[in-house]
Amino acid sequence: MVSIDVHDASVNFPIFDAKTRSLKKAVLGTVGRAGGTIGTDSKVPIIEALRDINLSLRHGDRVGLVGHNGAGKSTLLRLLAGIYEPTRGSAHVSGRVAPIFDLGVGLDPEISGYENIIIRGLFLGMGRKQMEARAEEIGEFTELGDYLSMPLRTYSTGMRVRLALGVVTSLDPEILLLDEGIGAVDAEFMERARERLHELVRRSGLLVFASHSDAFLIELCDTAIWMDKGHIREEGALRTVLHHYRGKDPFANLSQEAMNRIGSPAGPTAGQAS
Amino acid sequence: MQDTVSEARGEAAAPALPVAHSRSFRRAIDDLVAGWKQRYLWGHLGWQDIKQGYRRSTLGPLWITISMAVTAVALGILYSALFQKELSEFLPHVAVGLIVWQVIAGCVNQGANVFIRNDGLIKHLPAPLSVHVYRLVWHQLLLFGHNLAVWALLMVVFPRPLGWEVLLAIPALALLLLNGVWFTLVIGIIATRFRDIPPLTGSIVQLMFFMTPIVWVYEDFLNNPDVAARARLAELNPFMHFLQIVRQPMIGEDIELRYWVIAVSITVIGWAMALLVLRNYRSRVPYWV
Repeated sequence: MVSIDVHDASVNFPIFDAKTRSLKKAVLGTVGRAGGTIGTDSKVPIIEALRDINLSLRHGDRVGLVGHNGAGKSTLLRLLAGIYEPTRGSAHVSGRVAPIFDLGVGLDPEISGYENIIIRGLFLGMGRKQMEARAEEIGEFTELGDYLSMPLRTYSTGMRVRLALGVVTSLDPEILLLDEGIGAVDAEFMERARERLHELVRRSGLLVFASHSDAFLIELCDTAIWMDKGHIREEGALRTVLHHYRGKDPFANLSQEAMNRIGSPAGPTAGQAS
Repeated sequence: MQDTVSEARGEAAAPALPVAHSRSFRRAIDDLVAGWKQRYLWGHLGWQDIKQGYRRSTLGPLWITISMAVTAVALGILYSALFQKELSEFLPHVAVGLIVWQVIAGCVNQGANVFIRNDGLIKHLPAPLSVHVYRLVWHQLLLFGHNLAVWALLMVVFPRPLGWEVLLAIPALALLLLNGVWFTLVIGIIATRFRDIPPLTGSIVQLMFFMTPIVWVYEDFLNNPDVAARARLAELNPFMHFLQIVRQPMIGEDIELRYWVIAVSITVIGWAMALLVLRNYRSRVPYWV
């Protein structure tokens, strides 16, 4: 069963500057403390990136993360991916996790798109044979055609997003974590990606998506979490949270056609709170 | 894809434990095992690392072999003249010494940067830390493989009475690589926290090159009463024991059990230390890189 349970989790980053991040300082610092005189500078400043996060997500949840820059959206995604283990509290994530954070990472510009598909899959825990079997289908989804045999450095940002999305969605992940940056694709591709993501979430999993774009959030999510200074300020239906965050109703200007497409009832409290 | 559980796996009944089982030997061993299972990944990346340096060059990775051959021959000629040794005896000694040393130096020097250099991957993709370590040690083994051509050539030019003992080089190399893994883990984690370590290892490796019997012969110094006492200090050099166990069978020297005993002891102690470091600081590495 796919689930995310985060309990009172905090993520604190020690900030070692050039001076404190050295062996000499640590050694001398200890000596200083023993002597009881020096050692006031041995304290490492700490950034509380996340504090007291409580979160429980289940199968079928499509959660948008909103908040200002530095509010902790990306850190929360990495906590959910298991990259940062909480410094306090706990985070239980069960299910196969597939993240798309920075699109430049884990993609080698010198090798072909096809090889990158394989490597990306290997990084996410797939076997080589499994990836080779899927590569063609991924290639079809990305519509990159002959470009797949070209080195990745010849790709535009949008093409890279297509590749990354293609890989991740083909892996049958149970937990999809998307950071902003996937906005670089064109509308027509976004439409197909949306269908595929919805299908994935329906079948097996849940989606957490951090973005500044209301349009993308509306397309992909039905609930939202508003992050502010490292903690959860509000959690609930996407429309309600976005309304409070933006100060205006983002659904107000949507055409009827768009409303039908995202399948959202018009009421402001639509969608289920997670 | 593996389950990612940032606390104890499957112990959902106790979610509120403060800083719970993040620091456990089980998680440390899980990391090593999960990394090993992804050997397709690091196997591929290790090859990529070899090709990376020689992209678009005509000779490609053959350059690895060529530069080793040039260095070995040059140093062999120079030091055989200095120590007045027979070149046919001395050149294989120097060449194999250099080839083995390159594995050691690679693990120490690049080991210090193993996590620092992969910071992007560590922060963006959930993968076991050990993947990066295996990749590095595998890369060193591939380099060693390329350099074996130099050894084979020397054995043809300066034939030696090689018997079945030559096969002992295989377990010896395996032991060396096993030590490469624990050492890379430990130095990698420490260096990620303390950024003075990478330049420090650089200068230590350079110094140790001369303290290890690569361009000189340990037994010669022992037989010389003037320097024998000082030469014995080389026994304190852990690198020498590993060099000896690999080199002796490769150039048909007598196998000395003593070196094996010490090398195996270092392996056991080193791995115990590595597990402890991995247990305590594994989860901190993404915070430090």
